[in-house]
Amino acid sequence: MTITADPLLTAGIPPGPIEAKWDQHRFDMKLVAPHNRRRFKVIVVGTGLAGGAAAATLGELGYDVHAFTFHDSPRRAHSIAAQGGINAAKNYRGDGDSTFRLFYDTVKGGDYRAREANVYRLAQVSSEIIDQCVAQGVPFAREYGGLLDNRSFGGAQVARTFYARGQTGQQLLLGAYQSLARQIHAGTVTLYPRAEMLDLVVKDGLACGIVARHLQTGEVKSYSAHAVILATGGYSNVFYLSTNAKACNATAIWRAHRKGALFANPCFTQIHPTCIPASDEFQSKLTLMSESLRNDGRIWVAAQSDDQRAAGDIAEDERDYYLERRYPAFGNLVPRDVASRASKTEVDAGRGVGTLKNGVYLDFAASIGRLGEDTIKERYGNLFEMYERITGENPYRVPMRIYPAVHYTMGGLWVDYDLQSTIPGLFVGGEANFSDHGANRLGASALMQGLADGYFVLPYTIPNYLSPLLGTPPVPADDPVFTAAEAEVTDRTQHLLAIGGTRTVDHFHRELGKIMWDQCGMARSRTTLEKALGEIPALKAEFDRDLRVLGSAETLNQSLEKAGRVADFFELAELTCLDALDREESCGGHFRLEHQTDDGEALRHDDRFAHVSAWGWTGDPGAPALHTEPLEFEYVKLAQRSYK
Amino acid sequence: MSKTLDLTLKVWRQAEPGGAGEMKTYAAEGISEDMSFLEMLDVVNDRLAGTGEEPIAFEHDCREGICGSCGMMINGRAHGPQAGTAACQLHMRQFADGDTITIEPWRAAAFPVVKDLVVNRSAFDRIVEAGGYISVNTGAAPEANLTPVPKEVADAAFDAAACIGCGACVAACPNSAAQLFTSAKYSALSLLPQGQPERYKRAEAMVDTMEEYFGSCSNHGECKEACPKSISLDYIAIMNRDYIKAKRKNRRLAAQR
Repeated sequence: MTITADPLLTAGIPPGPIEAKWDQHRFDMKLVAPHNRRRFKVIVVGTGLAGGAAAATLGELGYDVHAFTFHDSPRRAHSIAAQGGINAAKNYRGDGDSTFRLFYDTVKGGDYRAREANVYRLAQVSSEIIDQCVAQGVPFAREYGGLLDNRSFGGAQVARTFYARGQTGQQLLLGAYQSLARQIHAGTVTLYPRAEMLDLVVKDGLACGIVARHLQTGEVKSYSAHAVILATGGYSNVFYLSTNAKACNATAIWRAHRKGALFANPCFTQIHPTCIPASDEFQSKLTLMSESLRNDGRIWVAAQSDDQRAAGDIAEDERDYYLERRYPAFGNLVPRDVASRASKTEVDAGRGVGTLKNGVYLDFAASIGRLGEDTIKERYGNLFEMYERITGENPYRVPMRIYPAVHYTMGGLWVDYDLQSTIPGLFVGGEANFSDHGANRLGASALMQGLADGYFVLPYTIPNYLSPLLGTPPVPADDPVFTAAEAEVTDRTQHLLAIGGTRTVDHFHRELGKIMWDQCGMARSRTTLEKALGEIPALKAEFDRDLRVLGSAETLNQSLEKAGRVADFFELAELTCLDALDREESCGGHFRLEHQTDDGEALRHDDRFAHVSAWGWTGDPGAPALHTEPLEFEYVKLAQRSYK
Repeated sequence: MSKTLDLTLKVWRQAEPGGAGEMKTYAAEGISEDMSFLEMLDVVNDRLAGTGEEPIAFEHDCREGICGSCGMMINGRAHGPQAGTAACQLHMRQFADGDTITIEPWRAAAFPVVKDLVVNRSAFDRIVEAGGYISVNTGAAPEANLTPVPKEVADAAFDAAACIGCGACVAACPNSAAQLFTSAKYSALSLLPQGQPERYKRAEAMVDTMEEYFGSCSNHGECKEACPKSISLDYIAIMNRDYIKAKRKNRRLAAQR
């Protein structure tokens, strides 16, 4: 089968050698002169790393920026919970890192399903991100000589990860938030807290604004602009139990999808190997323990199945350090998808640990013996404390119990090289787009991508879009396209309140998550996916008939907010399963049982699937339209990934 | 199977900002001790929905103790009985079977109640907007390793920067003062070499804005006890010292203009 280019999906990759593309493109793009910038209105939805950084930078440049967050403050986005670190090709360690190596590792780690040119640009700007954050006062870890420290992370053989204890995301987000606060003070950015985008407005094919609901008063209001940036994060909560914050949702990108933005590779979802296993059915979310722990922790299970002994009673020669055994070169630091599937294999074979036998050990005894407890405390102190608070077990004394959980979604709205979606004027940054991680994201690369998009890509590509619009006012917010969109949002909200059934939103969300985890989780097959595709519409029909949302639309109503988000998750869940069914190969986070090597590794089919699958909304969630963008690999040779 | 607890909850219910509120009593039976405090509230809310009563509104998001969304007075203590722990990380094994638990929103004039346990903490954002940043435009930064920062200094700045902005310090303070929050935000920047150029301008702007909204500090120290990140009172001393210096320095600088 040959993959043909789709005219709708023009990536717009600049010509020339890969290392010169971005520089040449920056020169070729049109500019807006400083005195004209305040005449352009730009809406930014989401104030995490990508949104906060983009809003702050566009504000500094002088644009009239309007930033929306559903939180009470822009400092609370889920970027804040990222623990381990941020990659950059600084090569401060002199251990062989370079822009090309970071690029190479990211394309390979993504199992050859990312666009080379985008990834190269990401690696190029990575160093500038560190410079920027240090200048903002981000307290990165330092060595005694005062220079920046690095650690190593999964999927790489160099130490290129910068970190701030186990709270790197928090510190980077506070840096972006403070830059944003400075612009709010300066009057270049207007902030709308507790405001949730519920629709994208498009006129004559161009994105021209959004409809937002003010969560405290219930007021539904239109906001118009010359361009709209969505930086609203990923959709892991389609699985209900994930490491994402409770309010993370896909409504903004899903509403944009329904207005014409294609949705790319929804089945590329990432399972994080090191989370705390669920303890019971009331579990509301899963807690991640940073992947950086794999630097000093050794993963093992008892060699024989159904071993009931405590960890300390199992002798060294009765343990199976299965990652070190199967992957001697990378050992405990294999990429996330490989580590996750390996622990599933052990648990499925009855070698799981803990009372529910639903985890594997992550053991620090050897590192504590070698480096001392103080060093381990210095590196991971807050993570160890968090583990103890949640489980009641002390990881300095007994090994941690870990198991994979849904953590990140590589899929998202399709964007071109300029991060523009298939709707002109609609740009998408951070986890909300699909662009840089292919089928699997490497650790410490999410923070890098969010900040790259926000600080160093969108502020160049947005002016290029705006420049020809000089002198054109934004579509007025009372234009019929806006009033129609407002009416539709109000109807949808009222409908949810009017159903008057017997089941809560959480009930339906939990049921949907169970379908997704069981049938479309760590391992998928035609049988499981077809089962899910039967169950999801049936559950949605029950939701439409039996949902119960109490209270009104005129005050803060958290159940109502959740109901709207879960309604959109149903449609996205269906698309995710359809995409997983269509992609008859295994790659990265997408593992199809029918497609594996003899020793159980993912088997790609590059002849048929070296492409991006971008889906268009047709009005029927069960029958989306597939468009494909072929992927060409000029610089990184397609190869079966091997971490042995 | 984990142990279960039968509890009685007394919860502040308030339908809207500025409206009247009242304490209401709910039975919370069969609560597993492995649940987090917020998961216990989820269960209670699920049962309330069954009876047709609107669920208790409370703010929460990451449930990992880092986003700072959650916060409530639990038996009169901000975030409850466990030291250095946000409400979302508090687990029910900290309580005993038969306990009565009183749950109220943060009580401070600067944090008006929005609904039930949800309050408006935007005054914190105003303090940061006034000067809680280092003015550096994107792209203007020098190479990161050009300025070495002694490890001890970076660590002290980090300890301050760990603040999650939850508001427990204000809620715990008899004067509803925000010195611990403001000084943490202030010191995280002002201890670093990168934060020196704006140090005294920052001190004056942040403290003066803080005083528009919050009460005065009387060195009571309850804030540190309530802080889920155990942020040190030393940062208040650093900020106060710099504020006094700032008043003098900034006046002198003004005179030179």
